[in-house]
Amino acid sequence: MSDRIIGQVKRVNGPVIEVMGITDAEMFELVRVGKENLIGELIKLQKDSAVVQVYEDTTGIAPYDPVYGAGMQLSVELGPGMIGTIYDGIQRPLEAIRELSAIYIERGIAVPSLEREKRWHFVPSVSDGQQVSGGMVLGTVQETENLVHKILVPPSDSGVLKSVVAEGDYTVEETIAVLLLEDGTEKPLHLMQRWPIRVQRPTRKRLPLDIPLVTGQRVIDALFPVAKGGTVAIPGGFGTGKTMTQQAVAKWCDADLIVYIGCGERGNEISDVLTEFPELIDPRTGRSLMERTILIANTSNMPVSAREASIYTGITMAEYFRDQGYHVAIMADSTSRWAEALRELSGRMEEMPAEEGFPAYLPTKIAEFYERAGSMESLSGAHGSVSIIGAVSPPGGDFSEPVTQHTKRFIRCFWALDRNLANARHYPAISWLDSYSEYLNDLVPWWEQQAGPEWFADRTEIMELLHKEVRLQQVVKLVGPDALPDTQRFILEVCTLFKNAFLQQNAYDKIDAYSTVQKQAKMLHIIVTYWQRGSEAIKGGATLVKLRKMKVYQDIVKMKFSVANDDLSGLDKIEARLERAMDQLEALHA
Amino acid sequence: MPDPQKNPLLSGREYIGVDKIDGPLIFVRQTHPVGYRDLIECVDGQGRVRLGIVLESSTNAVVVQVFEGTSGLTLPGTRIRFSGEPLTISVSKEMLGRVFNGLGQPIDGGPPQRSDVELDVNGMAINPTARQYPRDFIQTGISVIDGMNTLIRGQKLPIFSGNGLPHNELAAQIARQAKIRGTNTEFAVVFAAMGVKHDVAQFFVHSFEESGVLDNVALFLSLADDPSIERLITPRTALTLAEHLAFNEDMHVLVIMTDMTNYCESLREISTIRGEIPSRKGYPGYLYSDLAELYERSGMIKGHEGSITLLPILTMPNDDISHPVPDLSGYITEGQIVFEREMDGRGIYPPVAGLPSLSRLMKDGIGEGMTREDHPHLASQLFAAYSYVKDVRNLASVIGEEELTPLDHNYLEFGMQFEQNFVSQRMDEDRSVEQTLDLGWEVLRTLPVEELHRITDEEIEKYYGS
Ligand SMILES: Nc1ncnc2c1ncn2[C@@H]1O[C@H](COP(=O)(O)OP(=O)(O)OP(=O)(O)O)[C@@H](O)[C@H]1O
Ligand SMILES: [Mg+2]
Repeated sequence: MSDRIIGQVKRVNGPVIEVMGITDAEMFELVRVGKENLIGELIKLQKDSAVVQVYEDTTGIAPYDPVYGAGMQLSVELGPGMIGTIYDGIQRPLEAIRELSAIYIERGIAVPSLEREKRWHFVPSVSDGQQVSGGMVLGTVQETENLVHKILVPPSDSGVLKSVVAEGDYTVEETIAVLLLEDGTEKPLHLMQRWPIRVQRPTRKRLPLDIPLVTGQRVIDALFPVAKGGTVAIPGGFGTGKTMTQQAVAKWCDADLIVYIGCGERGNEISDVLTEFPELIDPRTGRSLMERTILIANTSNMPVSAREASIYTGITMAEYFRDQGYHVAIMADSTSRWAEALRELSGRMEEMPAEEGFPAYLPTKIAEFYERAGSMESLSGAHGSVSIIGAVSPPGGDFSEPVTQHTKRFIRCFWALDRNLANARHYPAISWLDSYSEYLNDLVPWWEQQAGPEWFADRTEIMELLHKEVRLQQVVKLVGPDALPDTQRFILEVCTLFKNAFLQQNAYDKIDAYSTVQKQAKMLHIIVTYWQRGSEAIKGGATLVKLRKMKVYQDIVKMKFSVANDDLSGLDKIEARLERAMDQLEALHA
Repeated sequence: MPDPQKNPLLSGREYIGVDKIDGPLIFVRQTHPVGYRDLIECVDGQGRVRLGIVLESSTNAVVVQVFEGTSGLTLPGTRIRFSGEPLTISVSKEMLGRVFNGLGQPIDGGPPQRSDVELDVNGMAINPTARQYPRDFIQTGISVIDGMNTLIRGQKLPIFSGNGLPHNELAAQIARQAKIRGTNTEFAVVFAAMGVKHDVAQFFVHSFEESGVLDNVALFLSLADDPSIERLITPRTALTLAEHLAFNEDMHVLVIMTDMTNYCESLREISTIRGEIPSRKGYPGYLYSDLAELYERSGMIKGHEGSITLLPILTMPNDDISHPVPDLSGYITEGQIVFEREMDGRGIYPPVAGLPSLSRLMKDGIGEGMTREDHPHLASQLFAAYSYVKDVRNLASVIGEEELTPLDHNYLEFGMQFEQNFVSQRMDEDRSVEQTLDLGWEVLRTLPVEELHRITDEEIEKYYGS
């Protein structure tokens, strides 16, 4: 690289390095430090000194070591070859690094993010002399069986195409077109482009969020749905199920592409994804899940500054596919570790702390991140979206801490994990009392169209019961269940049934792991029918025991395991049996 | 430009007199350019050498941290030598059977440790793609672990305990009994003691001696009366040996580290002296990353035979699981075995709390072909039922046992049997996993069959009986 010396190390304090004697350097410039060429980014400039955050372990760096500037901002490479790849926080391909340095990640390794040798079959869709502008499609590469990678004009360029190559196989660095810019200069275009990670990619406009990101997780889709382009926080203490929930969503949601960011979490979880995803089949395409996944792994033991960068790396890749008209979902596990990386770097720069040592700009940074989500019309008029699902790991499981609180201000869907539910092995441990979705009302039309007109009424009814249950439980705790009349005890019964048969969902079970929208709506309707007809029956004189001993009750409890998504006739049978049993019960008391 | 740092003349240069000593930290001005985290030697007036590392380096001063403490040092009489290299230890298989201090220097009177393999004690981050997802069941012979919180080879599973609870006994029992079924590979044990009392170290030595495995154990002791700063390096030294044994020598290594709370306190001490901005309870904001650097050194690697299974022990201050030390540990480890003082009070050993305990790697290591086909559902049912027991007990304490329904009485009986017969066992009792699972079914029989929602009809027929 044509790196030039921009200064010398003055002070080393962990990943933060002060640089002196700065001649020319730009803010957020990519830099290399010392003899080992450690990668860093210039994050502060003041007169002739600067602060650099280094993305690798700084052991051995000493004062007077040279600092080189790369002449560009810290950027990601965007082009064919990202899908199915696993990167670290600054987009270094970890598989390729393993070939060079075996078990451990050695320092100073430079491997390009996109493979340079590989040839991709490019089919141009423009021709010589055509006027193009930023974001327009130049042609396509069939990257995976199901994903057509659209090659776009870089967002800031426009002009006339001087030449375009013929259909054929090209590497990411070969010129595929030459653009004559408005100022008369020529610019070669490639299958690959670069984009600085801290800058949002431009779009034409934001679109309303009225289509759900269907996750196949019942408590989410039916109670607290998220829209495509929406933002979600999943807060929860350790072991309550943040990672499991994100993995379940990553596996089963109906996005075109998943960017999964392991940000300061466990190495084995990444290895779990790497072993499991290639084997799992995407129910919508019949292809391996890995063919729609990009992984970013900056685990807890990897350098903390690269952890800070990892979520920007991830979201920039997501935006790039959004601009091609795809629906992308980002899992960030965990945003708290990212916030802690900010805190650590800020502390080392001796900035004034605000709450709990976090820098005062924490809320701004959180807001900026979540604002990059959305459903957008791209520069070429395509409709794509980026949904962000961020895990939050509050210290002590206490949601009043700064990261949870500030995140809550900028997200619109909140899946609160509850320690008591997790301890009772009620999974997913998403609390039906503390969670919410602000997208609900906008998604009702879609649901009713897909799953029938009863859906919203059923959902409302069951939510009411769940809230009534809380009050009734308080009474029970004081005087025992016997003090309640049967009509009220029946509410408790129905809620227990709903929790066991509907809300609990076993991520490890083949059939139960995900439910289609239709299956969810039917299951919900069966339980609501049991409630409605059952309470009628009680009013008519039937007993609780009778209701519970109905044979169909056991069928309802097990329907999530017994009825597969591709054949829901089993649910219709259960519903018919339920109606009949209720008829009989009524007849008995008539 | 000449490289001043690697220049042997400069790196051999000795600085006589230092500018400031504050706790374990020494400040030296006007040095040649010194590398961050490089090893230093500090020589006191009597000529005794202590080791340390560079915590911060700048053009005008260097901050070093001395592992053996600074007591007895004077400003003019202290001499510092910078090695120009990070802190390494030499490691070998021969270290098994020996006792070392926290820096890896022998303290058993034996010869000094020599080997060609010198490793940086800080280790390096394992490339996540090099990891092998752990899935081999370790039979510990302890029902509540094997049955409900299964330990997997390569897992990091801490014991969250409290002062005076039998965590040492449990760790020693695991170390004695742990085996992979169908093989006779033995675990090598690497034991790191941080700030624990002499009798705790003695207890472990005796326990290893009695079971005749002492030759297979390397002990790294930094005890309560050693300088607290040494505790920071002890687990790193121990893990460096563990990595060598596991990934160079293909051995299965069990690492026991106790007490992580003491380790964290030392870290807090340094952080406070350096005037860093604290996060919760005075602990530094990087406590999570620092602990992760230790815990994440466990695991299995593709293409390598060996493994590191990590069993950190920590005492929860005030039995508070939300204290930063257990809390941040729980966020890094793959589950936790939580002790409950109340169960200990009732004479239950091991006093493992049923609900907050968890093994995250259990799912892929149990079931058909690994333990037994009924294991996953049985464990899930035991958890569900025991969780209901807790509710019933609460209710009973308010309205009185007489007021409970017959079904709730069944649950009380189940809870009692579960704790007395399943969880509770002798310290020398080594149960096979089949015995454990059979016991589980036995206690489940106190419940009517309709209550067993999580078990399939076939399993009920086969194991529950009629
Ligand atoms: N939907 C689920 N189905 C089955 N088991 C689950 C489910 N959700 C969570 N669990 C169980 O809970 C354990 C912990 O879940 P998970 O790893 O997702 O927690 P977490 O909130 O990400 O914790 P941490 O903050 O420590 O990373 C899992 O290993 C699994 O045993
Ligand atoms: Mg997690």
